[in-house]
Amino acid sequence: MNQLRSTRKRSVGLRRPPVAIIAIAAIAIAFFMLPFIGLLWRVPWSDAWSLFTTTSSLTALRLSLETSLWATGLSILFGVPLAWVLARFGFPGRRIVRALCLLSLVLPPVVGGVALFAAYGRRGLLGDSLFELFGVRLPFSTAGVVLAQTFIAMPFLVLTVEAALRGLDQRAEDAARTLGASRWYAFRRVTLPAIRPALIAGAVLAWARALGEFGATITFAGNFPGRTQTMPLSVYLALESNPGQALVLSVVMIAISFGVLLSLRDQWLGGSTTPRTSR
Amino acid sequence: MSIDARFSVQHDEFELTIDLSLADGEVLAVLGPNGSGKSTLLNAIAGLQPIDNGAISIDGNVVDDVGHSTFVLPEHRHVGVVFQNSELFDNLSVLENVAFGLRARGTKRTVARATATGWLERFSLEQFAQRRPKSLSGGQAQRVALARALASAPSVLLLDEPTSALDVRAKAEIRRDLLRLRREHPVTTLLVTHDPVDAFALADRVIVLEEGRIVQSGALDEVASHPQSRHIADMVGLSLVRGDVRDGALVTATGARLVVPADAAFGPSVASIRPTAVSLHRSQPEGSARNMWEMTVSDLDRQPERVRARLAGPIPLLAELTPAGAEALSLDIGDSVWAAVKASDVSVTPDLGPSQPAPTNCPIR
Repeated sequence: MNQLRSTRKRSVGLRRPPVAIIAIAAIAIAFFMLPFIGLLWRVPWSDAWSLFTTTSSLTALRLSLETSLWATGLSILFGVPLAWVLARFGFPGRRIVRALCLLSLVLPPVVGGVALFAAYGRRGLLGDSLFELFGVRLPFSTAGVVLAQTFIAMPFLVLTVEAALRGLDQRAEDAARTLGASRWYAFRRVTLPAIRPALIAGAVLAWARALGEFGATITFAGNFPGRTQTMPLSVYLALESNPGQALVLSVVMIAISFGVLLSLRDQWLGGSTTPRTSR
Repeated sequence: MSIDARFSVQHDEFELTIDLSLADGEVLAVLGPNGSGKSTLLNAIAGLQPIDNGAISIDGNVVDDVGHSTFVLPEHRHVGVVFQNSELFDNLSVLENVAFGLRARGTKRTVARATATGWLERFSLEQFAQRRPKSLSGGQAQRVALARALASAPSVLLLDEPTSALDVRAKAEIRRDLLRLRREHPVTTLLVTHDPVDAFALADRVIVLEEGRIVQSGALDEVASHPQSRHIADMVGLSLVRGDVRDGALVTATGARLVVPADAAFGPSVASIRPTAVSLHRSQPEGSARNMWEMTVSDLDRQPERVRARLAGPIPLLAELTPAGAEALSLDIGDSVWAAVKASDVSVTPDLGPSQPAPTNCPIR
């Protein structure tokens, strides 16, 4: 018995990282956890509910959910074909096109907002024609918020889906083709189901990113309550006037993001390792 | 239902040059080592690999002709392909996999499913209909892949190393199914393999590919007795002996006994013997070999680096000697010699071949 216990202890020690590494990792964990603990500690819990249910908070929350879902939908609609082309279609300058499409991943969002302004703003490249042809003014509108969020969030989906498409064994598609499937049919019934976990993960990532979008939104769409003032914007503004509300809204956003991350993990596992239930 | 292919295509380091034709209902095996261009050949016929020169026609219809810029997409070629790793669709049930080809070509769901069920029953796979492909064994998956390829009634069947990823028992199962298919429902078939046993079991004719060139073609017996290169000699020429294993020996239909390794499983089996494992002697040898027969040399193939002798006797064998060894025996056609094989040089696999009756729940059409 003793023998057994000591061997087990020893085998655990075999796989364990060095103590110094564990110590440094513990510091990193604390670095990430402390801000959230601090936040929870500072939240005026007694007033939390009333601060959260103020009209301005709820309006911002609803606007955030609406715009981020729209942005996610647009990201899927345009991002999946884009990822497909980038992964499968060799054309000259593909690397440059790819880099341009993913640029907003690394760009400061404010710069993204300025660039959007230069394209769709009143004096922008397309701003005038959009207004004259369709009567659409994107800047400082809810549609502008969606545009800014899509601009920032779509690359997350494209990156995830493209990686999945690249990693996919194309023999299954070949098999579908020899069985009489057109390219489109093979994509719909073989490729798409195969990349479904990545597509869901990418969509969730894009949605979370859109929900948290701040820089591009405030630059391009401004800060109009009810129209363009999303959660992150209202947190930032509340910080000056009503720190308690800012803290409560921050906790709400953290709860949403944390939930998303946890569900994402399950989704990844659900798509790859856990056996599907057979009917 | 024939194939005519005369084409060339760049393949890695070399150019694959092909000139072959298959008659209606014929089974042709393409033998060759890995990287010899076998799969490229198959992909070109299936339309998954564009060719650089030449033309391919299936059933008299030109499907690929570089000179006339004709290229028929794979989905319009009506070929059935079984890939090395099955390539079943994981998101669909086994039944939906088999029905896929019919659905893709617009057959109604109920009709497609009924046809698919028929094919599953034919291969005794109906109990797996609602399972996911991931839950199948390699052999089962490969048989489902075969049913899937056949369900949409292809003009020709292309088999790409259908047994190479399988264990011995599963190999035997898929060979049995292919043999039964040949009997009941002959389809023009191109079988790509590096396993001569597949070719022996199934093919009418073989071609041997080496570095993109057809180096030999003909009936398998012919190729085995007169291999044109060391490589072909190594690849083909196994002597296969069918029989029943009991009490440590395989007993053939004619009553001949072949002593096999002690761990061989009982029951119907196929024993294979490499030609180099057969030693020849002028008089009855004394030694440890457990298998000895007096045989007659029926054919002799003399090459600078080896001599192959076909031996007629209780168990027909192919033997390979060095030229010096043949010289010392002064071997000639019609001579009587003693052949010896050690039991440890005999490898045995279970035989699920045509001699075994089909399961009763499997309708024969």
